[in-house]
Amino acid sequence: MKRTQPDRHGHFGIFGGRYAAETLMPALLELEAAYRAARKDADFKKEFAFYLHEYAGRETPLYEARRLTEALGGAKIYLKREDMNHTGSHKINNTLGQVLLARRMGKKKVIAETGAGQHGVATATAAALFGMECRVFMGEEDIRRQAHNVFRMKILGAEVVPVAAGTATLKDAMNEAMRAWVTTVRDTFYVIGTTAGPHPYPIMVRDFQSVIGREAKRQILKKEGRLPDLLIACIGGGSNALGLFYPFLADAGVAMTGVEAAGKGLTTGLHAASITAGRIGVLHGNKTYLLQDGHGQVRDAYAIAAGLDYPGVGPEHAWLHDTGRARYVAVTDDEAVKAFVTLSRQEGIIPALESAHAVAHAIKTVPTMGKDKIVIINLSGRGDKDAETISERGEVKG
Amino acid sequence: MGRIEERFTALKKEGRKAFVAYLTAGDPDLEATEKLIPALEAAGVDIVEIGVPFSDPTADGPVIQAASQRALKRGATLEKILAMISELRRTSGIPIVLFGYYNPILSYGPERFAADAAASGVDGILVVDLPPEEADELRRFTDPAGLAFITLIAPTTDPKRARKILRRATGFVYYISVTGVTGTAVPRPDDVRRDVKRLKEMTALPVVVGFGISTPAQAATIAPLADGVVVGSALVRLIGDKGGSGDLIPAAASFAAEIRQAIDDACPGLGKK
Repeated sequence: MKRTQPDRHGHFGIFGGRYAAETLMPALLELEAAYRAARKDADFKKEFAFYLHEYAGRETPLYEARRLTEALGGAKIYLKREDMNHTGSHKINNTLGQVLLARRMGKKKVIAETGAGQHGVATATAAALFGMECRVFMGEEDIRRQAHNVFRMKILGAEVVPVAAGTATLKDAMNEAMRAWVTTVRDTFYVIGTTAGPHPYPIMVRDFQSVIGREAKRQILKKEGRLPDLLIACIGGGSNALGLFYPFLADAGVAMTGVEAAGKGLTTGLHAASITAGRIGVLHGNKTYLLQDGHGQVRDAYAIAAGLDYPGVGPEHAWLHDTGRARYVAVTDDEAVKAFVTLSRQEGIIPALESAHAVAHAIKTVPTMGKDKIVIINLSGRGDKDAETISERGEVKG
Repeated sequence: MGRIEERFTALKKEGRKAFVAYLTAGDPDLEATEKLIPALEAAGVDIVEIGVPFSDPTADGPVIQAASQRALKRGATLEKILAMISELRRTSGIPIVLFGYYNPILSYGPERFAADAAASGVDGILVVDLPPEEADELRRFTDPAGLAFITLIAPTTDPKRARKILRRATGFVYYISVTGVTGTAVPRPDDVRRDVKRLKEMTALPVVVGFGISTPAQAATIAPLADGVVVGSALVRLIGDKGGSGDLIPAAASFAAEIRQAIDDACPGLGKK
């Protein structure tokens, strides 16, 4: 595959770019220059690798899920255990990278947006580690739903700023974080949690997350002596998926499927399936597939997993979709909840509800594949945070 | 010569400063907007910026966010706003700038938007989240249609970048006087004087100052430093407070007249020495 994307302004085909207010443009250009310098700098790479290993606890296992494989009776399933990272999800890979970059740029304060709170916790963690001031913007509705993570952020010394605007969820938190950044841009670094936002965020977050795919590739070659046939990962903004997919893009034999949240069903309007059911639009600094009405007003996303509850998707995914390199599907709340319980009982691993979407798709597709095939599912986070949601649904009797 | 250029030429001849007023279209409803604009014009507004409401206005403070939400709830769309402007154009020659975010335009279709905006009597557009790096996808349609592409310069824009931006600017230059969102901070006159002077050395276009001017006194302080001032959030707040009540139009007109008076008192013009 040709590596001509993105262009120098961050365009993946027609997607991506830098659709930002002029006040932010100089900061984005400064960030891009700083990031380009950092990624060529051996010391920065060494420092990042050090913290991933010594602090986040990498590498994470590539675990052969034998009982699940047996139960489904098709391809052999491996789980990339991002749930075993410090703070419980893949989010720490990116926040360590961005906070290290912030420190290198001489910034003393960081801000972040968060939906479920996983990225907020990961940012607060990295900020505490390096003694930085941290403010996390979070919708009031999410604060209510994710009280546990709110308190974790506070324990870590971060200020959690409630956002009442709009529907008071992730999209509104991101709006407010961008406004706060416009106001404090001279001394503050904005840590975006996914492969979206204005250039260079989509490539920066992808690069920091691609440790997932690089490890998985090395591990599968060691265990199986060959590359996998299929990669499966859930998609909200798309950072865990791109982290896994990216190092395999040039390997034509490796298929990849991104799993969006179909929520209560694609026809109900209550979902977060931007690629499957959205139209091309511009939000939060990039052009991508977007849930919107016929007049270009952005719709609220819905998903049982708060981390998938975003009306857009990273521009590189939009491009991978259009070029056909990756395939995108959607699974419903019900399917994700069933998969959540299945994985817990088959393997003793409670997945995040986000990751359960990837498992749910695997449950559908793995039985149709031959036993000689190999599938890697990205288990992006752990599911402790979702115990209450599961309990409320009555799926598991107390 | 377009309406924007004509207005600035006339003002310059008189030695006066432009009063640019921003309001969100469709707040409290489009009928009210259609009545507000001629009333503002009669009260001395030179150019009106008509805000196209967007669900996610990331460059706006709480006042304009709330107005956008109200307008959307009342059903304002780009299509209806353009129809309102067509109607307005039967009786008003005030220069009109459409002010907003890119997604509603992208959804409408850039080519169709350029044709319809020009036909309805729009003179210029200001798209907050379309910096010069991304602007060609819209300007390739709006430039040939004769729509001025109003460009923002921020306090964070360095001179090299400003020069690059100004090379392609048309209509007038909108200088954002505070590092922040709309209507939340007050500009510092010394900074504005320095920055506008620097911009005037780079461009022959008029430079107006906005984002944070909310009182007659502030307008009087800033107007002498530039070619005009923009008052947005303060007017939008007043419109929000009055809502659909009977004194909405007179209250808005009287606020605009106060700003006009303050600007003219600070810059009396050539005819009134």
